[in-house]
This record gives sequence, structure tokens and C-alpha cells, in this order.
Amino acid sequence: MIIKILLVLALTGAAIMLVRGRPTALNLLVRRTLTLAVILGGIVAVLVPSALTALADVVGVGRGTDLVLYVLSVTFLFVSISLYLRLGQLHDRQVELARRYAIMEAELRERDERERRS
Amino acid sequence: MSHTNSLWRNACVVVPMYNESSVIAEVVSEVLGHFDRVVCVDDGSTDDSAALARAAGATVVQHPINLGQGAALETGIRFALRDPVVSHVVTFDADGQHSVTDAEAMVRRAVEDDVQVVLGSRFLGSSEQVPLARRLLLRGATWFSRATTGLVLSDAHNGLRVLRRDAAQQLSLKLHGMSHASEILGKIAAEKWSYVEHPVTITYTDYSRAKGQRAYNAFNIAFDVAVSRVRHAA
Repeated sequence: MIIKILLVLALTGAAIMLVRGRPTALNLLVRRTLTLAVILGGIVAVLVPSALTALADVVGVGRGTDLVLYVLSVTFLFVSISLYLRLGQLHDRQVELARRYAIMEAELRERDERERRS
Repeated sequence: MSHTNSLWRNACVVVPMYNESSVIAEVVSEVLGHFDRVVCVDDGSTDDSAALARAAGATVVQHPINLGQGAALETGIRFALRDPVVSHVVTFDADGQHSVTDAEAMVRRAVEDDVQVVLGSRFLGSSEQVPLARRLLLRGATWFSRATTGLVLSDAHNGLRVLRRDAAQQLSLKLHGMSHASEILGKIAAEKWSYVEHPVTITYTDYSRAKGQRAYNAFNIAFDVAVSRVRHAA
């Protein structure tokens, strides 16, 4: 049951990513490599469907379609976590930007009032 | 308006507000009766809260978009600290549930006991009619903060606090939403700040009840706190 080991490893990886995922150059490389691999694997699977079934047999899955479903589920989880982290990061930046804008605007207003009074 | 006691002169009251037009003017003028500096942080309100607060005499910092209460507090604290004279920052809710005399007493306590943080507690002394559901929820929250930070408190989620300048400077809130109360406690524990709880009275009005958080949001807060702690530990 190789597939069980692979899936448990993938899910553990997802949990680790949720906890310590950080935008590093290595992460970017891994993401891009996986994307390319999925595209190439997809092309192969379309052109040679029997290859998929053969691969499924090797890892201990009944049918090729089941293997596709497993890979899709795991990929979806990773994509979701990566988007969640990315959105959080963007939100942090947005908050900081809006905050500086708000403080600067208040400072300008203070200065205007001081000038009007003098 | 100038108050002779230099204690209050050097404290700045930060009031985060979001669509509070029906109460904010009253809250601001009440606070100004006791303190010289009031900074209202308007968190992208869609009503005229900002104009009303300004007319009542507060300095208003306006977020161009809604960022969350934690973000508003951090903005207010940062704005308050630009003035080097400010010795203490008081966080004060906009819905009128806090009493200004409590805030005043807490600043005095911070100075006299020379502590970095004074936390308001509605369960020390007179717990004026805290609704039962609230009381149970808050008991859960104090248990949670004890379990996660080790701080033994009687009231974990009170919006009325006094931060001495050095603590306010180091605070730097990262959780922008409603989880900042837990974040502050976490910071107190992590930085080993000196703190004391001070009895305060909370006035539960229909308005403050309606503005208050839903009880189930406690689970969202617990999740936020758990994730941010694990991420920082990692």
C-alpha cells in the first residue's frame, strides 16, 4: 500500500506548510516544478491512458481515475493553504499601507489647523 | 480644555470606532472631561462617526477601508506615541460601556504602582449585572488565556486597558481582527511585563449588547491565537 504512505506524507506536509509556510525562493521553485510536473503528467495521461492505470497498479490503487482523484484532492489542499498564506500576507501589507495613509492624513490635517490658527 | 493634574495631561485615550454615530459624540465629550488627549480611530465607518467625533473635540485618524479593531487600536497607539510627552495609552471602547472615572483611576494606578499594564476587570469588585451568557463565555475566555499564556486573570477580554509608553511601543499588534485582546495577553506573558488588574464597571446597554461580539466568535479567536502562536514558535 504505497499510496497510503504517499497520502499520509502529503497530508502531513500540508499541515507543516500551514504552520511554517513562508515565501522563500525554494518554495517558489518547488511550486513551479510541481505545476510543470502536473501539466506534463496530465498530457501523458491523456495520450496514454493505460500508463495511468499501470502507475495506479504500482502504488496500489485500483483504477487510474482513483489515482487522479487522490492527486487532485492533495493538490487542492496545497493550493488552498498556499492561497490562504498568501492572502494573509497581502492583508498584513494592506493594513500597514492603509495605516500609514491614515496617520499621514491626520498629520496633514493637524498641520493645516495649526497654520489656520497662526 | 486643560486639566491641572499632569497625570492625565500625559495620558492619551485611544478609541477605536466603527459606525458609532449614535453614541460617539457623548463618549468623546465625556472622555475629554477627564483627559486632554483623545484619538478616535475610525475604522472605515460608513456613517458620520468621524465628523461627529471631530466636532466633539477628538483627534480623528481615519482608516480609508475597514481593517478590524485590532488594526485600529494599533493605529491609534502609534499615532498617540508620535507625541513624546505621552506617558500612557488608554484603550477605551466607543460604545459607551466603559466609565471614564475608571480609566482615570487606572492611569493613577499605573503611575502609583509603576506597572507597565493595567487591565480592567469587570469581575473584581462590583460586577454590575453581567448577563449570564456573557459571564459563562468570559469564564471560558479566562480559562483559555490561563491555559495559553499562564496569566491568571479574572477578566480576559476587557477593552479598557492602560499601557505605559514602553509597553505600548513594543506591543505592535499583528492580529487585525477581534483577537487582539488575546494577543495583548500573550505579549504581556512573553515579554514579562508588569501588570495589575483593576476593578471596573461595565454598563451593558442594548446598544453595547448589539455591538458586542457573537459568542461563537470565541472559537475564531481561539483558532487565530493557536495558529499565530504555532507559527511564531516554528
